Amino acid sequence: MPRRLLDFVHDSFKYWSLLPAVVLLLLITVYPSLHLLQMSVSTIEFVGGRDVWSFTPGRNLELLLSDAVLQPAIVNTIVFVVLTVVIELTLGLALALLVARLPRGKSAARTAMILPILVPAVAIGCMWKLMYNYDFGLFNQALGGLGLEPVNWLGSTNLALMSVIIVDVWHWTPFVFLILFAAAEGLPVDVIEASQVDGATSWQITWRIVIPMLRNALAVAFVFRSIFAFKVFDEIYLLTSGGPGTSTEVVNLHLYKVFFEQNQLGYGALLSVAFIATILAYLAVSRRMTQGAAR
Amino acid sequence: MNPLYGRERIIGYSLMALAVAMIVGPFLWIFMNSLKYQVAIYTGAWVFTPTFSNYMDVLFSRRSDFAHNVRNSLIVAGVSTTLVLVIGTLAAYSLHRFRWAAWISTGFLGWTLVFHTIPVMTLLGPWYVVFRQLGLYDTLTALIITHVTMNLPMTIWLMMSFLKDIPLELEEAAFVDGCRPLTAFWWITLRLAVPGLIAAGILAFIFSWKEFSIALNLTSRATATVPVAVARFAQQHEVQHAQMAAAAMIATVPAIILMFLGQRFVVRGLTLGAVK
Repeated sequence: MPRRLLDFVHDSFKYWSLLPAVVLLLLITVYPSLHLLQMSVSTIEFVGGRDVWSFTPGRNLELLLSDAVLQPAIVNTIVFVVLTVVIELTLGLALALLVARLPRGKSAARTAMILPILVPAVAIGCMWKLMYNYDFGLFNQALGGLGLEPVNWLGSTNLALMSVIIVDVWHWTPFVFLILFAAAEGLPVDVIEASQVDGATSWQITWRIVIPMLRNALAVAFVFRSIFAFKVFDEIYLLTSGGPGTSTEVVNLHLYKVFFEQNQLGYGALLSVAFIATILAYLAVSRRMTQGAAR
Repeated sequence: MNPLYGRERIIGYSLMALAVAMIVGPFLWIFMNSLKYQVAIYTGAWVFTPTFSNYMDVLFSRRSDFAHNVRNSLIVAGVSTTLVLVIGTLAAYSLHRFRWAAWISTGFLGWTLVFHTIPVMTLLGPWYVVFRQLGLYDTLTALIITHVTMNLPMTIWLMMSFLKDIPLELEEAAFVDGCRPLTAFWWITLRLAVPGLIAAGILAFIFSWKEFSIALNLTSRATATVPVAVARFAQQHEVQHAQMAAAAMIATVPAIILMFLGQRFVVRGLTLGAVK
């Protein structure tokens, strides 16, 4: 390389090292986000493979207000988020505190717990679809063995949401465990030993010392899990596709249907804008609250 | 923490064994089913003659595109992981090593957090429209670009956390010996950041391999990836349960391999930020 060019490459390293990431984010995330705003006031139709736009701000809002599926989807999403996050945090915390107090087997437990996190969600969906199967699934086999009636896990309107929640708990409790276990392993031993010397019971140590010291990790696990639970899609798409009726319909799945099954790109964009605004507001509030609690 | 003793320890081990069994059990059960003929699945038999015919059918039969889907997935995951490591490591180094105006570094990292938080489904509408305009809809290129973007926030955060642990004095010593910025980065910092590259690489590969909603909506039959194909098996009118089980097991293989090879790195990557 000519000397001058080489000098330039070295001297501008600061700038060109950040440039690709900035360009990528601008083109693939910032620009589409702005595009989304424009789409949300338009109707887009594909004529002969080309997209034709018309400006119809009122129409998308009307579709939003008259969308009969949206309300059950919102209710289901809230139920799903609250139940999965509460159950996963409780089980994950209990398991982390237990395993941290066992002298052996930690790494075996951790290895097993990584597995559900790394496996494709659709494979997990297939797995549970087989286990939930009415005619020959594992659960109904077990019920049959006990002399009980088979249960329609995914096909009954009362049970389907609960069955989907069980899958999510199975899928993500290990993640909560990993975060809390790593934090529990990092706790200072001397504090706990000192409290033992002072005569604190095991129960007191857990509630008064260990759990308060884990609150940062608990806050992280809480924010992570609740935001991911808002976005649940893969497993529900595979297990029930929102059915029967609207009993497992959630917002993200509904958005998918509006965009890609009903081809309502304009209304879908409006729904997306509302969805993004809700999640960002939730992120801001939950971060502030958990930071307040952590101090 | 304070260890358990006596009876409590025995109960503790039993509960831990139960938890591990509950996680591993379903994998073993579906693996068992993937080795059964359809008939044996319907009867729910526990004793059966294992067969690999489902795997043969899924991978090599003329009616199945699955081998092609595996190829697509390997290309997308491989190329997107390489690209995100290059782009993400450079960006992390730039933000970590050089002095940027606060509005640039905070704005940049803040936006990666926002992008990481919002549901990818919301951007799929605009992506669909734009990729159609550009003629990139239904190409592996579109999938690679979006997967690189999807994994970029995680890669940058992870690499920044690893770079923080490398003492600055090493580069300063190299400057005294006549190194220039780029050479110091290439010959010193990058070599010491290899564990970070492995962690970020493994996670980016896995996340790309298992990604479903983008691949579902930006591909068709020829460009479909493994998760999309697995979902098709489960969505057919007459579900082929045996083949679905085999396809799901094949989709699980990279996760199992990388779990054993890179456990240390994966744990650090997944629990990043929670411990400090």
